[in-house]
This record gives sequence, structure tokens and C-alpha cells, in this order.
Amino acid sequence: MKSFSRLLITLMTSASIGLAGASAAMAEEKTEFKLAWSIYVGWMPWGWAADQGIVDKWADKYDITIEVVQFNDYIESINQYTAGAFDGVTATNMDLLAIPSVGGVDTTSLIVGDFSNGNDALILKDADTLEAVVGQNVNLVELSVSHYLLARALESIDKAEKDISVINTSDADMIAAYQTDDVTAVVTWNPLVAEILETPGATKVFDSSDIPGEIMDLTAVNTETLADNPAFGKALVGAWYETMSIMLSDTPEGEAARTAMGEASGTDLAGYDMQLASTQMFAEPSDAVTFTTSKDVETTMQAVRMFLFERGLLGDGASSPDIVGIGFPDGSILGDEANVKFRFNADYMSMAADGTL
Amino acid sequence: MPSSRRERLINRHPGPAAGRLLALAPFALFLVAYSVGSEIRLAENPNDKLLPSFNAIADAIQRMAFEPDRRTGSYLLWEDTVASLSRLGAGVLLATVMGAIIGIAVGLIPYARHTMSAFIAVFAMIPPLAVLPILFITFGLGEVSKVVLIVFGIAPYMTRDIALRVSELPSEQIVKAQTLGASTWHIAWRIVLPQMLPRIIDTLRLSLGAAWLFLIAAEAIAAQSGLGYRIFLLRRYLAMDVILPYVFWITFLAVSFDYALRKYQGWAHPWFASQRTPA
Repeated sequence: MKSFSRLLITLMTSASIGLAGASAAMAEEKTEFKLAWSIYVGWMPWGWAADQGIVDKWADKYDITIEVVQFNDYIESINQYTAGAFDGVTATNMDLLAIPSVGGVDTTSLIVGDFSNGNDALILKDADTLEAVVGQNVNLVELSVSHYLLARALESIDKAEKDISVINTSDADMIAAYQTDDVTAVVTWNPLVAEILETPGATKVFDSSDIPGEIMDLTAVNTETLADNPAFGKALVGAWYETMSIMLSDTPEGEAARTAMGEASGTDLAGYDMQLASTQMFAEPSDAVTFTTSKDVETTMQAVRMFLFERGLLGDGASSPDIVGIGFPDGSILGDEANVKFRFNADYMSMAADGTL
Repeated sequence: MPSSRRERLINRHPGPAAGRLLALAPFALFLVAYSVGSEIRLAENPNDKLLPSFNAIADAIQRMAFEPDRRTGSYLLWEDTVASLSRLGAGVLLATVMGAIIGIAVGLIPYARHTMSAFIAVFAMIPPLAVLPILFITFGLGEVSKVVLIVFGIAPYMTRDIALRVSELPSEQIVKAQTLGASTWHIAWRIVLPQMLPRIIDTLRLSLGAAWLFLIAAEAIAAQSGLGYRIFLLRRYLAMDVILPYVFWITFLAVSFDYALRKYQGWAHPWFASQRTPA
């Protein structure tokens, strides 16, 4: 009797561990969806669109419900999506490849919202050339897009990571870290970049506008969920471009939207507009489609996967960067065709461009 | 017949073999629960990272502990362990010495008590993690600030605990020593300190958990190596196959230190340890 009840408890416990996350990711037709987003200039529209009822309006149109959940921790939002607790997430192209795709969760980039055009930067203290970074300690969030930006900056002057040393530093403490004497070089993102550049002696020597289009801010969804529920993709894309047309317009409504987004991200209208200036937002779905279907995306993903591969982030004992396949809108594939786990999709954005949503 | 003494639950003891079995049961249950959960998730997605299989964990241990890193050529687990233990050791040692000196002074000398005890009581309540930027700007981002965070985190508690233990000493002892002509210094050195040593070990044992917490927090903020550094770095990639062995290793180290301190206490201060019910 005792051993039986023990077995029962065991099974119940383990089943709850195993199933807690898995339920959302199960591919099937369904009507309830969850999108995770985190505070960043290019993703603030999701919070505002949810508050304004724009997401609900589009979800109602397709007879579904979409819960939009804000995360304070970006990485945790991706981890939750990867574990299966969410159907969609906002993230960069690099992190989507490295976390859900390498983790076996087939992920589709539904909306290319923007690319960083100066929002990520390498800042030196008391030096104003990129060459001066050689030999320094560089503080940054290791294995993040900052690290990628640094690798690309070093490549541009024929140097490599061995010519500097990286010190992993939490983004929450980056500004305080910069105030200390032993920190002389940092790579970080906005609004931290703007804050640090206000310090006398701080000079931006390289930023993401030097590698335009390589750091993309995407809204991505589980591929199987999207295949079984095109309505989910349509509703998200519809809500997104309606929001774009309001917030990026030069009208009182647009200003009110940007003010709300600025305040929600801890700044104000001026601060948010400043961040938008270094973010290449795609206001028109047709521009996003042109960008997504260009060959440049493939070139970028090649650079990104090599960066990840060299740091062992494409999986344990990955013998080649081809281990995870990446699919593009024209049907071409980078890497293993039998294991495509990351896909760029322009179909839904095209529907928005054609007005067929 | 519940009145019979033998039948009451509080009087029934398991035999030695059954006792050992009972002690192991929760661990076994936990492992079974984990492996079933892991298998359910892996059946769904063979690349799932949240609950890796025991094989994947074994591979990760092999990679981290026994193979040189692809990029740096060092053995990461050992390098991280050495880095973390030197920080922990320095922090705990400093906190213990400070706690002992100030604690004995506060407990024994009225002037010291009036000057310090209110301040320490208030200081001990400051959450160290909330004032981190001040620590950084004062002590830099290097090793010093990590050690200081540990000291800041545990020394006030240790000081207060030792001061209380000193004040619990029977006042007859102190009076007797004075009638025999002992000076304040003699009393502190010959009467109080020897009786405090085993109690300092108690305080230390209870503070070690907090010391680990502060160590890992410090390493999460800015570091190039360390057990906490690795865990927070790999958390970005949900690499639970590495994080779980690291957590297990930290737990093992912490339990070993606790055990070693308890054994040392029994060996060095048998008069003190013999007063206790064996745990």
C-alpha cells in the first residue's frame, strides 16, 4: 500500500514537471495564444497595442484570444518560450537561433520589426579610435548581441577576441561599472549607451550602424503552432502594422503613443524618440518584406552562426555550424536541410502589405 | 490501547538499516521524479534543454571537468572552483576575524557595547545587494568588491551572534577571574576567547549558506571566472546540462565544509561538542 502511494506521488510530481511547460507548445488547432515581450525600444509597441485593445481587436477578428505578457528579464522570456510556456516571443535573430532553435524548438520569424542602427555601441573612456580597444578589458554582457558587435568591430580592424579580454558584466550594473576607474571600455545597448555617453571622456568608436541590418529585433512564433493556426500569425501581424501606422505618424495620436511607450520604458517622449532615431523601424510592411527577402539576411545569419559556433553555442560537440538549418523566404537553406529550426517568413508581412489580412 | 508507551509514534525508532533507507528515500524519490519529467519532455522534443537526460548531464560534466576548453585550453570546472573558493575563503576568513574581535569587545566591554551595538544592529539590516553600486565605485569591479560583498553580507550577523554568546557567559566566571587578579585583557584572552572558539564555528556554519549566496551574486555582476559566473553566463542559453552539475557541485562543497567544520569542532573542542545531542 505504502509503495503504491509513493509511486502515485512520484508519477504526479514528475508529470506536472514535464507537462507544465509542454502544453502551450503542443501543435494543434487552438484558440488561445500567449506572446511574451520584454522592455526594449523596438518591442514597446506590443505593450501599447495590448493596452489600447489593438491586439484584442485583431484577435477577435480571427476568433482567437492573444494574451500579451511583459517580462522584466529578456532572457527569461526567451527561456519560457523555449520551454513551451509561450507561443511567441520578441527577441533578436542571434538569440532566437542560439536558444530556441538550438534547443530543438522550430521557430519562425513572423515580423521583422526593426534592425539596430546605432542602438548598440562600443564606448571607450579617454580614447577616440577603435584601434585603442586592443589590449583593454572590455565590459559587456557576454554571449549577447553586444559580444557579437564587439567581434564584428574587431574583425573590421583585423583583430580578434584574443587581442582584448572580455569581462562579463550585468546590464543592470553597466552604468555603475562605467563610473569605476578599472572600467575603460564597454559594449552595451540603449538607453544605457546614451546615459554613458553623457559622461565626459566617453566616446562611441563603433556601433550597430557600422553593421546595418545585422542585429534584428523580431517577433517570432513556434513554427508548428503557426502552421496549425494561421489566424494567430495574421492577428499578430495585423495588430503590429496598425500600431506602426499610429505610432510612427506625425500626429498627436502618434506622439501620444510614443509618449506612453517612452514612459513605459522608464524615459519620456524625447528619450524614446532619441532611441527610435538609432532604430531602423519598418513602418511599412512592404519595406519589411523587401528587407526579409533580401540576400543580406542570409549573409548576416552566416556571420551570426559562425559567431555562435566558435563559442560552442550551437550545441554540445557541434562539429560544424551546419548542425542547425536556417530557412529563408526564397526556399534556400543554410546548414542541415533535415534539421531546419529557424525560419524567416515574409508571407504574413506580405499579406499586410497587400491589405489582405 | 494508545496508552502503552511503546505504541506512541514519538517513541518508535527505526533500526539502523531502516534508518538509512528512510534517509535515502527522499533523494531516490527526487531522482525518479526528475528522470520521469525529463523523459516526458525529451519524448516531446529530443533537444529539450530544461530537464536534460542523465547522459547529457554526464557529457557536460566530462566536457567541463575533464576536457580542456576549446577556446581557452583550461579546465573550466576546476578554474571556476579555484576562483570561487579563493573569494569565498577570503571573505569568510575576514568576516570571522572581524566578527570575533568586534563581537567579543561588544559582549565584554560596556563602552564598546554602548558605542557599537546599535550601529551594528542597524547596519546588519541593510540589504547589501541594494547598495551594490556604492560598493563598486568604492572598491572597483575586481576581486576586492566580491570579497567585500561577502564580508558585508555575513560579518554583521556573525558579530551580533558572538556578542550575544559572550553576554551569555555566567557572570560568576568573570567575577571569579577578577578576584584572582585577571586584567580585562586576560579575561578576554584566557576566559572568553577559548569558550567562544567553538561557538564561532557554529556561527560560521550557519553563515556559510549566506556567504555562498553573496559570492554567486557578486560573480553574476562582473567576473571572468567562478562558479556563479558560469551559471549566469550559461543561463542565457538555458544550458541546464551544465548548470545542474554546477549546482550539485556547489551543494556538495557547501555540505562538505559544513561537515568538516562540525568534525573539527568535535575534535578541537570536545568539551563543547559533548554537551550536544548527536545530530
